[in-house]
Amino acid sequence: MQDLKTAFVMFIAFTIICGGIYPAIVTGIAQAVFPEQANGSVIKDKSGKAVGSVLIGQPFSDPKYFWPRPSATPGFAYNPAGSGGSNSGPTNTAYLETVADRVKGLREAGLAGPIPAELVQASASGLDPHITPEAARLQIPCVAKARGVSDAELTRLVTDSIEDRQFGFLGEPRVNVLALNLALDKLAP
Amino acid sequence: MSAYEWVETILFFVVLLALVKPLGAFMARVYQGERTFLSPVLAPCENLLYRICGVDRDEEMGWKRYAFAMLLFNFALFAALFAMLLFQHLLPLNPLKFRAFSWQLALNSAVSFVTNTNWQNYSGELTASYFTQMVGLAVHNFVSAATGMAVVIALIRGFVRRKTSLLGNFWVDMTRSILYVLLPIALVASLVLISQGVIQNFSDYGTVPLVQAVRYDKTKLDDRGNLVRDAAGKPVVEAVTVREVTVPMGPVASQEAIKELGTNGGGFFNANSSHPYENPTPLSHYLEILLILLIPFALTHTFGRMVGNPRQGWALLSVMLFVLITSFSVLQTMEAKGNPLVARLGVEGANLEGKEIRFSLAGTSLFEVSTTGTSCGAVAAMHDSLTPIGGMVTMCLILLGELVPGGVGSGLYTMLAFAVIAVFVSGLMIGRTPEYLGKKIEVREMWLSLLTVLIAGITVLILSGIAMITPSAMASMANPGAHGLSEVLYAFASMANNNGSALAGISANTNFYNLLGSFAMILGRYLPAVAVLAMAGSLAEKKYVPPSLGTLPTDKAPFAIWLTLVILIVGALSFFPALALGPIAEYLSMMR
Repeated sequence: MQDLKTAFVMFIAFTIICGGIYPAIVTGIAQAVFPEQANGSVIKDKSGKAVGSVLIGQPFSDPKYFWPRPSATPGFAYNPAGSGGSNSGPTNTAYLETVADRVKGLREAGLAGPIPAELVQASASGLDPHITPEAARLQIPCVAKARGVSDAELTRLVTDSIEDRQFGFLGEPRVNVLALNLALDKLAP
Repeated sequence: MSAYEWVETILFFVVLLALVKPLGAFMARVYQGERTFLSPVLAPCENLLYRICGVDRDEEMGWKRYAFAMLLFNFALFAALFAMLLFQHLLPLNPLKFRAFSWQLALNSAVSFVTNTNWQNYSGELTASYFTQMVGLAVHNFVSAATGMAVVIALIRGFVRRKTSLLGNFWVDMTRSILYVLLPIALVASLVLISQGVIQNFSDYGTVPLVQAVRYDKTKLDDRGNLVRDAAGKPVVEAVTVREVTVPMGPVASQEAIKELGTNGGGFFNANSSHPYENPTPLSHYLEILLILLIPFALTHTFGRMVGNPRQGWALLSVMLFVLITSFSVLQTMEAKGNPLVARLGVEGANLEGKEIRFSLAGTSLFEVSTTGTSCGAVAAMHDSLTPIGGMVTMCLILLGELVPGGVGSGLYTMLAFAVIAVFVSGLMIGRTPEYLGKKIEVREMWLSLLTVLIAGITVLILSGIAMITPSAMASMANPGAHGLSEVLYAFASMANNNGSALAGISANTNFYNLLGSFAMILGRYLPAVAVLAMAGSLAEKKYVPPSLGTLPTDKAPFAIWLTLVILIVGALSFFPALALGPIAEYLSMMR
């Protein structure tokens, strides 16, 4: 009987400690020390208006922009309200047809040579903001043609936007597609 | 693997192993009631808690009372969460006005979180309010982890103590696990995660404009959320232009830290640790893997210390490490090779379906073997889209019984049950009385160990078999053929072993999976836990047998190798036929 009472009171106590005090302390420190990160790493324009989050990718399908990875979020690509991957198995024929369609689309857009896997395979979150530097470079001729900018200028832009490995050795070098496209809009509106 | 991947992988293991000894020793002090560097701050809180809850810290319990307290407490937690989910719409901190869970889904989710499984038949950002996430789910992350730790500590005391029936006090062991181990580490880790970009706020979901608006065909829904159909019965679609999107917010970091540390694995968002707001950078990625593996590995040292011979702990650790690293290299190799069916289309590179670019392939692979080698179940890549053999590696790690290194507490007690079996089998072979840590292993211990080790496997095979003859269960498969079988097998493996990851294509929010899954999770969690406590009780009552010439030394390499073989053989005998029909068949069809 004593244990019954203990179980009940202890449940209340730990709910307050772990479900109330702990997240409150973390939120307090986060908002004081890392307000930008804690609120979603939002990119703002000069007037202070939000134009996106550096961590959440956006859909681009216009030839004037660099294209991100395919995304399998519900409704439309890069829908942050419903994160998730395609969950397609590697031998699923419907999935392989989708990939073949994406390859065809990229070829029609003017991409030459072997296609980097990430440009035809959807990410895990459906919100992956990055592509590899190679995948960005491969798109330079297409974007240059659509914008009327020189290849050399775009090459410089892409090179400047490469994020190196963290601390020089963790993860892979990558390009944030939203940041790159925002820079592109600034360079050649 | 590239040179960089080698560097980050090796460095990761160096850091992990360097932390095993200090943390393991610290936990040994905590559970033996000694003073630690945190005592000046935490001891007053601890005493206050005991006073409020009416706990006499010096009162010890026999195994039956220990098990009763554990079950009682877990039931209270389950009931509270179940109610919270059913009445979510009436509770505060619900800025998006999410509706209540259906009772089947609430049952499955409540069982899932109380059993440390964190199988999720719902999508966090579309279903669960901040209150549910923080007060309901995050609390369970702490308490279910602490429950596992308390049980393994009782088992260790069973080995250490002589001629007594007392195993310690469940309330004290549980309270110390949370106050001294889980809370401090989670607090520090969540702040590091936030510095990397994991969000932590209570704001409403934000809206962000799109740089390029997108058009898509939206299926029309009526007020009740049902499809509107035209005269021919086809769903009506309307073209919609999206100019801004909704971005979910929430107290993510505080939950992320304990979700990994307590090997719980239930994501704040549907995409779990692949979501950029849960895992934004390579550093956060490796920190999360470290959190997953930290306590399960460190507990081996706690065990070694408490039984008075740290080498006993290192022997178990080496077994865990060997199987984990072997699995890692197989998974990494298979994913790096890519999908030959995709390569045929003119595509180059590794299999990146369901993976994120900011993590290296080695980092992704390490996360996936760590999350399945422990009972965590958080994912940074979608297991449904792994190559057949890569996916099989994750499934095998779950099917082995979650012991390399296993969930917090539960991993070590399952490993110790296997050690008892290994000692017994070798004893039979050489005709000596089997002893482990100075305790004679007899019929009772063998029964209880076998129960601990086999119950999850039996549950998986029977329930998967039932699913295969139930049309509604078959309809939940997302992918055709052998892969569909893998999805069902994985689902029950994950639930019965309290992992919580999934081949997530499967639509498991159905009565069949919600109800049978709840059954599997309860069986897979509490039967072994009670069996382990019963074994602890029986061991504690035995007298100590000093090692003799005929005793098998269990702190040396030959025993570690033998134990590895026993684990692998039991696993292979149980599951090879099922795996042959699922992932292996799929692999052969892919390579044809």
